[in-house]
Parts: sequence; structure tokens; C-alpha cells
Amino acid sequence: MRLDQLPLNRPARVLAIAWADLADTAAKRLRELGFDEGVTVEAVHVSPFGKDPIACRVGRMTVALRRAQAQAISVEAIAA
Amino acid sequence: MNPAPVVALVGNPNAGKSALFNALTGARQKVGNYPGVTVERKAGRMSLPDGRPIELIDLPGTYSLEPASPDEQVTRDVLFGKQEGERLPGAILCVVDATNLDNHLRFTLQLIGLGLPIVVALNMVDMAERDGLKIDAARLSRELGVPVIPTVAVRKRGIDELKAAMAGLVGDGGVQKIAAGSGFHHEDIVVLQRRARAIALAATTEEHGARAWSHRIDSIALHPVAGPILLAGLLFLIFQSVFAWAQAPMDAITAGFDQLGKWVDTELPAGFVRNLLSQGVIKGTGAVVTFLPQILILFFFILLLEATGYMVRAAFMMDRLMARVGLSGRAFIPLLSSFACAVPGIMATRTIDDPKDRLTTILIAPLTTCSARLPVYTLIIGACIPAKQVLPGVGLQGLVLFGLYILGIVGALLAALVLRRTVTRGPSHGFMMEMPKYQRPSLRDVGLGLWARCLIFLKRAGTIILLSNIILWVLASYPVAPAGQKQTEYSIAGRIASGIEVVVKPIGFNHNIALALPPAMAAREVAVAALATTYAIDAGDNEDATDQALSGKLGRDWSLPTALAFLMWFVFAPQCLSTIAVTRRETNGWKWPAFMVSYLFVLAYVASGLTFWIATWAGL
Repeated sequence: MRLDQLPLNRPARVLAIAWADLADTAAKRLRELGFDEGVTVEAVHVSPFGKDPIACRVGRMTVALRRAQAQAISVEAIAA
Repeated sequence: MNPAPVVALVGNPNAGKSALFNALTGARQKVGNYPGVTVERKAGRMSLPDGRPIELIDLPGTYSLEPASPDEQVTRDVLFGKQEGERLPGAILCVVDATNLDNHLRFTLQLIGLGLPIVVALNMVDMAERDGLKIDAARLSRELGVPVIPTVAVRKRGIDELKAAMAGLVGDGGVQKIAAGSGFHHEDIVVLQRRARAIALAATTEEHGARAWSHRIDSIALHPVAGPILLAGLLFLIFQSVFAWAQAPMDAITAGFDQLGKWVDTELPAGFVRNLLSQGVIKGTGAVVTFLPQILILFFFILLLEATGYMVRAAFMMDRLMARVGLSGRAFIPLLSSFACAVPGIMATRTIDDPKDRLTTILIAPLTTCSARLPVYTLIIGACIPAKQVLPGVGLQGLVLFGLYILGIVGALLAALVLRRTVTRGPSHGFMMEMPKYQRPSLRDVGLGLWARCLIFLKRAGTIILLSNIILWVLASYPVAPAGQKQTEYSIAGRIASGIEVVVKPIGFNHNIALALPPAMAAREVAVAALATTYAIDAGDNEDATDQALSGKLGRDWSLPTALAFLMWFVFAPQCLSTIAVTRRETNGWKWPAFMVSYLFVLAYVASGLTFWIATWAGL
């Protein structure tokens, strides 16, 4: 499953990030904001307009990103 | 004696750096710019417990030492002693957000790697506790190998302890220079991140699963229905208060300047000095300073929205709309700030990392209705638009003003759409942004921010605006017209205006408007002052006319199509030297400001002309 397909409030683990699919600046920001293989993410909000971007919790931080970038992140839901 | 040692205040964005800076230095701060780049330089004086002074510089927030934007570059350059005009810091004060340790510690580890003496302020410990986190500062200090002091900067907690720890860092002002590269090992972000996460985990001794309260607020603030209503309501409230609350203080300021003018008229002997003071200086400057309350109220709300963390939510919601015109939600914050003033708005575009996005935002920023247009709008609407009710509770004047704001927004969005497909074409890099936790804003921090804005405005009123008024008054008063001729036509300024009038007559502008346009290039609000000055000169010795309010004179003198065309001109025209100057600095050259000025003047001319001719044709 990709991060943009993850239902809200369902914790998941990042399996892989297709860094090559991202622009350099986007990849760098994503790393700086704490995205990494193995970390836990959870989509918590979507924008009221068009459900894009989405807000994800990564570590103790909430990060907004567009669906286009979330597509590069494969995740696996963690059994609650 | 050695100069006071420099300590650099460094940290991630949203770590509470500014609040800590305010808590440490109080009002003893100097806000300026770094030479060559338009990154705001904030420095302040603080004293250690033993009385030694320290120069604290507040560096732009950054996530790492690998710069992605101009302000991140400054942070790096200062720390490496490469920033022109800046002394090498003798020590670092690193701020981390206790609620966000694993991310912020990564940058801390990078900073520790620099080898400078360092103390860590573990900030927002109160928020961490509310989130169910208990952080062992002593353990954290052992793990990092540097002093760690828990603080709550907005409540000024832990500040004395922090000062004591800083006293241990700085020696006699001598500085150990880090050779570029030495002591700093370039480590992969991911490696540092994993170490940071391990340390954060070890130092966090207690955690219960309390859902952060920020999340609960966001459930409402970003709710599919409630979210947009809240945003629209807030924006409405802001613009409503700008007009409702500002009225009383504005009346008071106007009355004050009127008194001053009367006093000058009665106390001073008739002649050059009296006329210069009462017509040029007091009338002109007074007309502008009157708008200080409106500008401060607007800035108050913008500072408040930024301090609470709501501004990022607004950007989050607006991203989709901004994406439609080729921008990102990040552009929303600079554009909203531009409603107060395009200069800080354009400077705020530094946070946009995509260069094309940033350039587009800079180019459209002057279209949003900045507060300097308010004096012009308020004056002309009051003078020329009838005060009748359109609907119960909705007046025509308010409606026109609202329409002008909407026109600015629509104009900006359309301009972005066109620019993004032509001159600033390029791929979009999306939108990626940390959403900070909501915070109760400290009124003191908002107050300090407002005070800085107030000083900037008054400085402008006292320099650029005052000077252009005096020049205009002199040019408009000399040579003295012979009997039977109008002073504003016979004088030097009048003759210049007659030249301009040829160009602007087709779009409905009269002689006095032509007279007010050149000085308004200095700043839009000068148009009000300039009109006040020219009409004051025209009134001359006629006592009855001098006493009459400016708006009354305009109402009689201007036709409705002319007034509408004039308003339209001010929606689009790039009448602001500061904006042009800041655009030049931000884009490193004259190319983009020249482009901006030309496209905006063309837009203004066409829009004014269309308005004038349509209004005339409609028989208004």
C-alpha cells in the first residue's frame, strides 16, 4: 500500500521510499522531516479542499505533504 | 576591552527560538538585514548573572546544516564564520522542542559536531508534559555530552538557569575558530536521525498514550465543513476589526494633527516656515500617520495567527487552491502577510524552497491589498461613494471596499496562473511542511513584533513620506501664481503634472491626480498626503475652504467614473519604492523588478481605462 492510500488514523510502517521518484529538494525535505524506512507513520488529516494535501504523523511531528509525494512512500499497516 | 562575546541562537523551525530570544534579550534587540541577502538579522543584548554582556544573534530556523534556502545558508555561514559583517560566534545556544525531540536532536547532533561550546535549551517542556512525555534532562545531557536546560520560553521559565549555563560557556570573549570542515563530519541525515531517535527514546522516561491536544484542535480546524468556515470567519473577523476597531484611535490622531496645525497657524508668523509646517509637514504626515491603527491591527492578527500555529493550517487548506494557479500552500503565508505590507510578504517568500514558486509569489505579492492602500481606498470611497444601504446591515461603501480586496486577490491569482505558464514556467515541487503544535501565544512576543512594525512605519512616515511631502509642497507652492491663476497649475509640480495629465487623461484622471501620482511612487499612502497638500495649497487664504475636510473637496471635485478609475489604479499600480527595492534584493538584479513594474503598470492603465469608460458609458 502507498501512503496516499492509507486510511486515516491507521498507524503504518514505512517499507520503502522511492527516493529516485522525488525531486532532490523534496527528497531532502522528506528526510529532514523524519521520513525513513522503518518509521511509523499515520495519516491524521486531509485538507477540506480536494482531500489534498494530507497531514501525517511521523515520530512526534505532524507533516503536511501532497498526495503526489505520498505516492513515493510504500507502507504496511500495523495491527493496532 | 574585548567586545561582548557573540552567542548564536540556533534551532529547528518551530522550536520556540524567537520566544527564547525575546525572553533572553527583552526589548534590547536590533532587527536588520544581513548585507547582500535579505535575510532578517535579529541581534540583541543580554547580561549574564555576573553582569557580563553577551551579543545574542537569532539565526534563521533550519532543519540541518545543508542549506536549501537563503536563510538556511545564512545560518550555516554565520556558524562557520563566513558571513560577511558578522563576528564568529563564541558559543551556540541550541533550542530544541521537547515535544519533538527525535527530529530536533538530529540537528543538535550536527551542531555539537561543530565543536563550539554549546548549551541546549530543552524548550516547551510544559507542552511535552501535557502530551504525556516526561523527559530526563540529566540523562539527555549525559547522552549528548553537553549541558541541557529545560525551559518554557513563552512563560520565561528556566531562563535564569539557562543564563547560568551560558556563563560557563563564554570565556573572556576570545573565540576559538573552527577551521572549515574540521570537527564537522558530514554525516548522512539518516544516520544522524537514527542516533537522535535512540537518544530521544533513552531520555524520555515516561509516556502515556495521551492524544496530543493539537490533534484535537486540528480535528475541528481542518474539518471538511468546519475548517473552511472557521478560516473564512477568521479572515472576515480580521478585516472587520481593521475597520471597526481602528475608527476611534484614527479619529483621535486626526484631531491631534488638526490641533497641531491650528496651533502652528496661530502661533507662528505668516510666511514660508508656517506654510511649510502646516500645509506640507503636518497636513501631509498627519494624513498618513492616521492609518497607523489600521496597520497595527492587521499586523496584530497576522502575528497572532503565526504565533498560535494556525497560519500553517491555513496554508495546508489553501494548498489545493494555490496549486490550481501553479503555486503551493507555502505561498499563502507571504501573500496573507502582504495584506499588511508587501515588503515583509516578499521577504517571507524565503521559506519557499522552489525558486520558480518563490519568484511567482514575489511578482504577485504587490497585487494583494496592502495596508498602505487603505488610506487611499478609505478616503476615496468616503468622498465619492454614496453611503447608502444595499442590504440590511450592508453598506455600499463597505461593499466597494470588499470588492477592491477581492479584485486584488483575483488579480493576484490570475497573474500567477499566467506567469506560471509563461515567464516562470517549470515543474511544481509540491508542498511539504511541518505542522507545528498549537500554542497559546505570548502577548509579550506579539507586542514586541507589533512595536517593531510600529517603529518601521513611523520611521517611514518620518523619512520617505515626510521628505516627499516637503518636496511636493515646495514644488507645488513655487513659483507663486499671479492672481487669477490656480497655484496647483502654475507651480513647477503643476507643470510636471500637466505633462503626466496628457497620458492619464484618457483613463479619466484629472490634474490633481496627475499631481499626486509621482509622489505616490514613494509609497501609496503618500497619495493621500499629496492630495491633502495640493488641496490645502489650492484653498490658500480662503479660510472656509481650508477648514473643510479633504473628502468633501474630493466629493465635489471628482466625478464617480474618475473616482472608480483612481481606485482601480491603486489596485494594480506598483506604487511603492520599498517593494521595488525589496524585489531587487530578493531576485538579485533589476530584471524581475523591471518586469514586475511594467506588467503592473500596464494592468493598472488598462483596468483604470476600462473602468472609467464603462462607468461613463453606464452614466454613473
